[in-house]
Amino acid sequence: MTASAFPGDPPITPQLVREHNLTDAEYGRITALLGRTPTFAELGVFSALWSEHCSYKHSRPILKTFPTAGPQVVQGPGENAGVLRLPGGWAVAFKIESHNHPSAVEPYQGAATGVGGILRDVFTMGARPVAVLNSLRFGSLDDARNRYLCAGVVKGVGDYGNCVGVPTLGGEVDFGPGYGGNPLVNAMCVGLLREQDLITAAAHGVGNILLVVGSRTGRDGIHGASFASEELTRESEQRRPQVQVGDPFTEKLLLEASLELIASGHIVAIQDMGAAGLTSSSAEMAAKGNVGVEIDLARVPTREPGMTPYEILLSESQERMLVVAKVDRVAPVEAIAAKWELDATPIGRVTDDGLYRATWGDQVVVEIPGQRLIDDCPVYHPEAREDPTIGALRRSSPSPVPRPPSPGEALLSLLDHPPIASKRWVYEQYDSTVQAGTVLGPGGDAGVIRVRDAEFGLAVTVDGNSRYVRLDPYEGGKAAVAEAARNVACTGARPLGITDCLNFGSPERPAVFHQFKESCRGIADACRALDTPVTGGNVSFYNESPTGAIDPTPVVGMVGLLPRADRAVPSHARAPGDAIVVLGETRAELGGSQLWEAVYEFAGGTPPRVDLGRERRLVDYLVAGAERGLFRSAHDCSQGGLGVALAEVAMGGPYEETGYGLDVDLTPYGLGLAAEALLFSESHGRAVITCAPERGAAVTALAQELGVEAQSIGTVGERGGAVRVRLRDVAFEHPVDRLRQVYFTALPRRMGD
Amino acid sequence: MKRVAVIVFPGSNCDADALAAARDAGSEAYFVWHRDTTVQGADVVVLPGGFSYGDYLRSGAIARFSPVMTAVAEHARAGGAVLGICNGFQILCEAGLLPGGLMRNARLRFLSRPTWVRVEQPDTPFTCLYRRGEVLEIPIAHGDGRYVVDARTAAELEATGRVVWRYVRDNPNGSTNDIAGVTNAGHNVVGIMPHPERRNAPALGGQDGARVFLSMEARHATQHAVDVRARDGRHLRV
Repeated sequence: MTASAFPGDPPITPQLVREHNLTDAEYGRITALLGRTPTFAELGVFSALWSEHCSYKHSRPILKTFPTAGPQVVQGPGENAGVLRLPGGWAVAFKIESHNHPSAVEPYQGAATGVGGILRDVFTMGARPVAVLNSLRFGSLDDARNRYLCAGVVKGVGDYGNCVGVPTLGGEVDFGPGYGGNPLVNAMCVGLLREQDLITAAAHGVGNILLVVGSRTGRDGIHGASFASEELTRESEQRRPQVQVGDPFTEKLLLEASLELIASGHIVAIQDMGAAGLTSSSAEMAAKGNVGVEIDLARVPTREPGMTPYEILLSESQERMLVVAKVDRVAPVEAIAAKWELDATPIGRVTDDGLYRATWGDQVVVEIPGQRLIDDCPVYHPEAREDPTIGALRRSSPSPVPRPPSPGEALLSLLDHPPIASKRWVYEQYDSTVQAGTVLGPGGDAGVIRVRDAEFGLAVTVDGNSRYVRLDPYEGGKAAVAEAARNVACTGARPLGITDCLNFGSPERPAVFHQFKESCRGIADACRALDTPVTGGNVSFYNESPTGAIDPTPVVGMVGLLPRADRAVPSHARAPGDAIVVLGETRAELGGSQLWEAVYEFAGGTPPRVDLGRERRLVDYLVAGAERGLFRSAHDCSQGGLGVALAEVAMGGPYEETGYGLDVDLTPYGLGLAAEALLFSESHGRAVITCAPERGAAVTALAQELGVEAQSIGTVGERGGAVRVRLRDVAFEHPVDRLRQVYFTALPRRMGD
Repeated sequence: MKRVAVIVFPGSNCDADALAAARDAGSEAYFVWHRDTTVQGADVVVLPGGFSYGDYLRSGAIARFSPVMTAVAEHARAGGAVLGICNGFQILCEAGLLPGGLMRNARLRFLSRPTWVRVEQPDTPFTCLYRRGEVLEIPIAHGDGRYVVDARTAAELEATGRVVWRYVRDNPNGSTNDIAGVTNAGHNVVGIMPHPERRNAPALGGQDGARVFLSMEARHATQHAVDVRARDGRHLRV
């Protein structure tokens, strides 16, 4: 038997091949591999699996340089999600993924289905999702289109996650001109499982039965994976039909059914039908298990009549799973699905001939050597060369402004600057307390959940700052990991590992590939230094619009272990009279800073350098101090520097009636620095803690022991008091309620309510 | 030990939380699937939060036709205790077991945040361990939480002491008379929009919601609230 054309298939022409985003050389490989011309359906299969999105053909050699091993790693990259070991037989599965292209053309559904996909990646490992986070980027909110995208994405993320019942524990939202035509939507999911219950996507057992479980297959999302692998153009709006439509209610049923199926022992493998739908899920399952599969496409339940094999193979209809059931367990699998009001339909079986075969009844429409379908995808080593204008930009500094603001005025401008201002308007739309395990919700350094029936807790965060990466991709990559680790450690948790979402422009441009390669080198170095292996992630290239590539945006999602969930350290002041201590060293590092962006409208300079040794010591210190119960609060110093960090410590949470005043004296600290640099430099390796006065001695002693600079700079004042900051040549003060008013209203005001 | 049935509809997502909170309070709690036709000898029935049937028609509008709802209605008619939390409150209204209905939040967006509610009626099976006037911090997470009744019913609810909880500080969703929870004429069926099951332990920021579940285990009387307070927040079962 060999594959033959299905009635109505178009002839395979060079034009058709190009429309499938395959180069002449790639097409040559395909015909050589098959020894014949592919059928239309086969062309579709290759187009999907050899798309950048599925094959990582430009990024794989670089990704191989990431550290991925460690005693805590149960499952590294290559599966639906990475898995790390926790105490007591528990494990955590987590993964981050992008849904940028769909969200650019249809923000609500694009974002919603992004959440749906990442949830499925986690529960197909046998883990129950316990937290979601997201990292979003938009153009300036002064532009109506960006406000529309922001509102739509936030509602899409919220409606989906809220309905499924997984708390959103945190995230980040950033704004910049580089995202005007191309918003970024990265969603991360964290799930819990018993380590012994881990299941993977590798098909095995010749004769075992493939079933599709969940929604019927429709014509939505055909070629989504290929769409995600090209640049956005003015015509992209017409791609709207390629955006899938999400149904979170079915997702919730699918989640419960999948976990029940896994626990039942009736199935040997399970895989989400994500990008490239049935094609990628079945081909990857077969390749991972080193077996063949045969699928009868005529048996796949469809939403509409007349769907062709090509369409069924490439549909990205949401809320579908492919499971491999033991040969004698099909009936119980169907019964579990039926209990959850879902269809489960046998569509094929595991074979021993190693072929990836799809039929329509008796007619073979696809027959490809399965392993080669995955392995023979070409790997590219694109040229990497820094854009020469970036070097000049690094060496420049802002032109003086006629009347530079005083430090007190600059602080207010920063608190009103959307990248820094409170994201309450966003996270209030996400259920952050469902599952009754939220110890620290959104708005602080990292989210923390307790685990029922266990003492420990998990801290989770996502971080990335494209300003640094654009100016110095190596330092920017390091910074993303370092900041995530600081955020996790501020709660008292020990960083365990990361997942990364690497958002860039076209890898075929040397300047973009340079950003990619260098930032990955930074991530790898930082992960080694901080002992946080990379467990997987996602690469999103071709984030380009007619105005150019996005700012390079590697985003790091990190998980940390808190020995006792009830000892989590919050990020803001909690008692008057407490001592305020700044940890780490402030240097004159205003390059890429929020101050220069917000006040001087300048996006250049040399970004702060990450000293990984100091970073490691700070993390160790924060974890050790929390374990000894030394801190009342701990907050990382990052965007907006010490000034913004102190304000955040003072202001407290959005629902409190007021915050605390602070009396801060910076005259003995940061000697030799001008006021602006001291307050707003974004030097890494710093945090601000508050502690009961009687703990002050222990706080400094431990710092000395662990080699961390610690400088006492003041005390927490009264509730509703003033934040007073004294510098050597200037002083300022603001009532804390004034700071709160600016910080908490900046976003709602711009969003029009 | 009371038998507490937690009803699970397709799309319920606070079922496990409600079950755990009831067990933490010492009850014998178990799930009842929406297709079941009995509540299996329950003393108390809890309709948990979530998005039953995806809330696709209107919150709670489809769930009320589930087979189990006939048994829940019988249980309520016989004077049995029923608590609806969030989506469960919406279902009780749709099923006619509580007056009024829950509409889209006044500001049209889903809202997840803490709220402060005052206990207005300690004489129910779910509030008997609270003192009248006590202010509790309990989170909300809903898009359709604006409690709406006609003026006459609202006046009747107020006059007959059937407002159980009322938002203070601010009204997050535009509810009539700041109502956060109500009860029926018999005081045995209670609905609440905020989620007491999410705030029943110090690690969760506080335990203001715990006594909703402890009340189920207590005798149905108000004087015990004094005993509980006397023990400084240690919620011993009465």
